[in-house]
Amino acid sequence: MAGCHNARVSNDTSVTPSGARQPASWGLGDGQAIPWEYAAAPESRDVVSIREHYGLFIDGREREAADGGAFATVDPSTEQQLATVSKATPADVDRAVAAARRAQRRVWGPMPGRERAKYIFRIARILQERAREFAVLETLDSGKPIKESRDVDIPLAAAHFWYYAGWADKLDYAFPGRVARPLGVAAQVIPWNFPLLMLSWKIAPALAGGNTVVLKPASTTPLSALLFAEICQQADLPPGVVNIVPGPGDIGMALVSHPDVNKVAFTGSTEIGKKIQRAVAGTDKALTLELGGKAANIVFEDAALDQAVEGIVNGIYFNQGEVCCAGSRLLVQESVADELVGRLKDRLATLRVGDPMDKNTDVGAINNKAQLEKITELVASGVAEGAELYQPACRLPEHGWYFRPTLFTNVAQSHRIAKEEIFGPVLSVLTFRTPEEAVEKTNNTEYGLSAGIWTEKASKVFAMTAALKAGVVWANTFNRFDPVSPFGGYKQSGFGREGGMHGLHAYVRLEDR
Amino acid sequence: MADAAGRLPVLRTYKLYVGGAFPRTESGRTYLVSGAAGEPLANACRASRKDLRDAVRAARAAAPGWAGRTAMNRGQILYRVAEVLEGRADQFVAEVMAAEGVRVGEARAIVGRAVDRWVWYAGWTDKISQVLGAANPVAAPYFNFTIPEPTGVVGAVAPERSSLLGLVSRLAPVLAGGNVAVVLASESRPLPSITLAEVLATSDVPGGVVNILTGQRRELVPVLASHEDVDALDGWGIPDGLRTAAETAAADSVKRVARRPAGVGDAEFDWLDDRAAERPEWIASFLEAKTVWHPIGV
Repeated sequence: MAGCHNARVSNDTSVTPSGARQPASWGLGDGQAIPWEYAAAPESRDVVSIREHYGLFIDGREREAADGGAFATVDPSTEQQLATVSKATPADVDRAVAAARRAQRRVWGPMPGRERAKYIFRIARILQERAREFAVLETLDSGKPIKESRDVDIPLAAAHFWYYAGWADKLDYAFPGRVARPLGVAAQVIPWNFPLLMLSWKIAPALAGGNTVVLKPASTTPLSALLFAEICQQADLPPGVVNIVPGPGDIGMALVSHPDVNKVAFTGSTEIGKKIQRAVAGTDKALTLELGGKAANIVFEDAALDQAVEGIVNGIYFNQGEVCCAGSRLLVQESVADELVGRLKDRLATLRVGDPMDKNTDVGAINNKAQLEKITELVASGVAEGAELYQPACRLPEHGWYFRPTLFTNVAQSHRIAKEEIFGPVLSVLTFRTPEEAVEKTNNTEYGLSAGIWTEKASKVFAMTAALKAGVVWANTFNRFDPVSPFGGYKQSGFGREGGMHGLHAYVRLEDR
Repeated sequence: MADAAGRLPVLRTYKLYVGGAFPRTESGRTYLVSGAAGEPLANACRASRKDLRDAVRAARAAAPGWAGRTAMNRGQILYRVAEVLEGRADQFVAEVMAAEGVRVGEARAIVGRAVDRWVWYAGWTDKISQVLGAANPVAAPYFNFTIPEPTGVVGAVAPERSSLLGLVSRLAPVLAGGNVAVVLASESRPLPSITLAEVLATSDVPGGVVNILTGQRRELVPVLASHEDVDALDGWGIPDGLRTAAETAAADSVKRVARRPAGVGDAEFDWLDDRAAERPEWIASFLEAKTVWHPIGV
């Protein structure tokens, strides 16, 4: 596999033409590579059998689109087609919403909470049982490294169902003085960066609250949602409780605009989020939005720098940086800036970029070509605006959509790379002198999803935590997720929370006792 | 007209309440406010979009100070509002009677309930975090907690019919949560809101925390809904004909919008019903949840 560790680079003079490194210098200089090769460690594909074609999942069974249309989904690491998938039409959305309405009214809504709970527990268990199958499928369809789908996405998705299953029969205890009633039919639209995990964030609390759902997965990553449909069948979930309608963005708009849905939940870009908020304007639909971000990771001079480096790397290169809460800005206190950036460059050189199915891969493929072009364009703007680019000299695979881990220094707040969500493995480094300046720069964005703080001083952690306008603050850690932990944004990063009791609240209507 | 003792009373000029001061509208415009029987009561300011922008600026400037006070301190200030309102109850009884055309008994009930509502919400300031906050048992060695924080600047379109009690019932929860407010008062019954502003101005509520504008809703609601520095919109009093446009405009900056619940009419709502009008959810609709993670270890 290709990777930064075995880079043969002309601009790195301490590397011999053969690629052998001088042992005396490795790990000390900027971007220098580790002097050994890794053997390939491919995960087996045998655990999943991908069908040639997948239909829509409506009213408990698979069916073709009303007009027979279909689209292809590809493996971003090879650009090869994986399968064709039925492309939902507005007529299919109608059918799915009708099925969901029927199921909510006749079966799922009236069902005692403890019975609903057992269905959701079943789903969690079957997801755990078939976890490796899901992990492989997720990596093939999305391009994310297998170690992340295996260790993060799939276990967390199962954990979300597990957590919310237990709420289904305990709603009376969640909201003091109130009775929680289902909203009805939930229309849910999710992105391609964490396909199954976002599905679980949406479906688990909805089902626990007594709602039924129609979910549209992203058009580049529909497969894990369609395999999930199989799990619903295996769990004997009543038909119509979960419906899945893959398709392009306009099908998402048709779904959220459907007059017979009661709740809309969207995760994706702020731009589309605004369109959805407009589409819901003037209706009685409940709405939650989980949108973009431009999080800052703030490193103080009294931080544990090696831990901070690991946190920064995890913050921006996890899932190729295709994470709404990614720590895409690094704010480092001036006194330690050179030291930290030096260590960061060293660390970047050890990141393994390449085949997502290799168990050692740290940075996989970019999910789709349009996204790769967007990243490329924004990185070019960073160079054009005068920021200083650093990329370890990886050799990228010849096929597939890849982007080198990228770091910019000399970044000004006005640069596009400091303001716009890139959604790629690109870190913009800025500096500050005082905590007040760090707060001002961190909050100087229309977004407010997450933030990171690195300091060994606890009182400083709490002072910063209080001052930052962000829905999730990671102190001396980054990119941690858990079903019990509410997640969501301030400002234009959206509203409403997913996870925890707060996430449950988004799927119920409270009535007086 | 002279009173019974032959003395000519001094009439009051109703102005706006912005940044702790009582300016006239910069536009120089007023409109005639009539009582329930159609009798003229006073001229009220017809605020302009410039007045609204000034009010938002004053609110934004006041936001960090108000949010930064201790919850107990905010509670004491809201309780102080109740104290001062109680002391001026007779004046409000007369104003509510004139504005709403109710008899003295009902007006007394309304004013008394308005006082009590401040007390009810004053008591919430230091409790809402314990009801809405959480310590979250994550499946890894991290200390994880969630706390509510104020959203910031709330643009509040007050109920149209209930000039005092409706306004207090919607404003008090906004303030209890630590937010600041730009209020569009009832268009047809604006006068009690400006008298309430006099209470707020003398109750230790810092200037700018509450700003009250009188004027035309069809002129001001779109400006409030689209203002980029307003974080949330309380749409209770938005007329049905303006609602879709207002919510559409609110989307441009992803504003939080608190709607009147489906099936609940502004005109029919019973503000005297404590169970209906005293709701911690109304505080919660203008709060953000902040979740903090920290590793556990040595």
